[in-house]
Amino acid sequence: MEVILSQIFNGLSISSILLLIALGLAITFGLMNVINMAHGELIMVGAYATYVTQNLFNDYLPASLFNWYFVLAIPVSFLIAFLLGLVLEASLIRFLYGRPLDSLLATWGVALMLQQLARTIFGAPNVAVKSPTWLDGGMTLMTGVVLPYKRLFIIGLVIVTLLAMFLYIYRSHAGRRMRAVMQNREMASCLGISTRRVDALTFAIGSGIAGIAGCALTLMGPIGPALGTYYIVDAFMVVVLGGVGKLVGTIIGATGIGMFNTLFEFWTSASLGKVLVFVCIVAFLQWRPKGLVAMRSRSLD
Amino acid sequence: MQLKRLTPQRLYILIGYAVAATALFCAPLYLSDFRLNLLAKFLAFAIVALGLDLIWGYTGILSLGHGVFFGLGAYAMGMYLKLEASGTSLPDFMGWSGIKALPWFWKPFESFAFAAAAGILLPALLALGLGYFTFRNRIKGVYFTILTQALVIITTTLIIGQQAFTGGTNGLTGFRTIFGESLGSADTKRMLYWVTAAALLGAFVLCRFLVKSRFGRVLRAIRDGENRARFIGYNPAIYQMLVFSISAGLAGLAGMLFVFHVGIISPSTMAIVPSIEMVLWVAIGGRGTLIGAALGAILLNYAKSEFSASYPDAWLFFLGALFVVVVVFLPKGAVGLFGKLKIPQRRQSKHEQEPIGHSAV
Repeated sequence: MEVILSQIFNGLSISSILLLIALGLAITFGLMNVINMAHGELIMVGAYATYVTQNLFNDYLPASLFNWYFVLAIPVSFLIAFLLGLVLEASLIRFLYGRPLDSLLATWGVALMLQQLARTIFGAPNVAVKSPTWLDGGMTLMTGVVLPYKRLFIIGLVIVTLLAMFLYIYRSHAGRRMRAVMQNREMASCLGISTRRVDALTFAIGSGIAGIAGCALTLMGPIGPALGTYYIVDAFMVVVLGGVGKLVGTIIGATGIGMFNTLFEFWTSASLGKVLVFVCIVAFLQWRPKGLVAMRSRSLD
Repeated sequence: MQLKRLTPQRLYILIGYAVAATALFCAPLYLSDFRLNLLAKFLAFAIVALGLDLIWGYTGILSLGHGVFFGLGAYAMGMYLKLEASGTSLPDFMGWSGIKALPWFWKPFESFAFAAAAGILLPALLALGLGYFTFRNRIKGVYFTILTQALVIITTTLIIGQQAFTGGTNGLTGFRTIFGESLGSADTKRMLYWVTAAALLGAFVLCRFLVKSRFGRVLRAIRDGENRARFIGYNPAIYQMLVFSISAGLAGLAGMLFVFHVGIISPSTMAIVPSIEMVLWVAIGGRGTLIGAALGAILLNYAKSEFSASYPDAWLFFLGALFVVVVVFLPKGAVGLFGKLKIPQRRQSKHEQEPIGHSAV
């Protein structure tokens, strides 16, 4: 019983991180058909933003306030990744619309450069971010099952982000424009929506969420320039599995991959578990080639 | 195919190829042993680039998983070399992991013929399998690319995880001999260079034949309009599977040759970054032209070996920038740039030339 519970919790925890990372990807991919390989590096930027915030608190503010740096770090990392996303979109991505494979390669180049930049500024070794003391320890569910507050916090953060995204996409004017562009770009443009601006904003929001993900990852362990690369492929698998166009697909995709990953790794070994998950995904795509939730469209090519 | 008339243009191109081939085979005369070894490695990479160009440049499928196929070929040959180096005893890393007897799947690799065949067939079959399950369902474009990238991740984790059978992160190394000849001696190295050059030439001729044949035309039709090709009555999935498999086989061949020259194969050689670098070779040289892909692989690797040792930081910046610049500004690569310069010349000759009839279709 204890083992099962803690495995489920582990799975949930991994799923929540995957979801946070895949959320931004799903949005940019779904809306603009751009594969952003630099997404992992935006995560890294968010993580380093948290690191810098922590250092600033440490150096310039009284020690009593230090515990609250993390509350500020979340919006800071969102903002920095958001701005970087805006710059990236304006300078590179907009030349690549309609060429998804090319966008993949070009953003990979950006990713290489950002990684090297981080290595130049912060050094190649990993740096540790000291998590606030109020996240230490855990909730004891029963003997042998302790749920660390850090992981609970991440799950909570993901739920809040999801809610915010939901409200933005489905309950706001900007979100309605975004969905309109996603469903029929030409028509939306004819009706007076500036698709350029929607694209820029969407990409920036996707990047900002990556920043939040980076902030959350600092709780899980030390961070380094290659932080993003560990997660990026898994996150893409979530998008492939979940399909694009609806948040619910991404949620199910992330939960599925996270849960099965934990399950298989528990049954077999870490390396075999990954293989099994991959096989399952390919098998699943036999049944639903476009992912779990696909936008219905009659267009061909 | 019927023999085409020998126009001056074609003659120049043929002479160009002949000069290039001669230069390639005479390289041992004017290069030091060290340089020759490097060049041999680059030639092996050029074979991968040819294969990648077949599927990316001509069929429009981007695979980020060629590192795996390359690595499988390399591991197949590495296993043979390792067994030969170990003689009657077990390979050293197995002993460290406490394995007493040779695992069953290592046994056949004692024969060179089996290892060489496996080095090409294993990747080809893996690609055929993956292709069957993806192209048949019209999973294509970005989705396919992401799946190939996931294939890289799971293969490397699998190899690292099964340390007792694969050598783990260290990979396979400590090879000594091939057919009883020392791998380190200059004579063997020269021989292996010639083998590699011949393999490259063979791969080039094969790819050129494929591209010029009816098969190649269907590939280009699929690239330019998959659904149109389907409506005409071709089944794109079969062509995609086949070309993906051929491309993987070429990568496996290159991997085998790579092991001869470098003497080590480890998971880091087949990880994500090397796999995507392979795509860059093709992108820089020029996708859709075979010679461009091969030259791109050789030149970029030459540049890498020159600069990356002395300026490792700047090299990564340069590589990243190269990716961006090539993709955004030079979609046809360096060869495309070269072709642009030649446009006026071509227009002139167009008037003189009679239209070439379509021989195959």
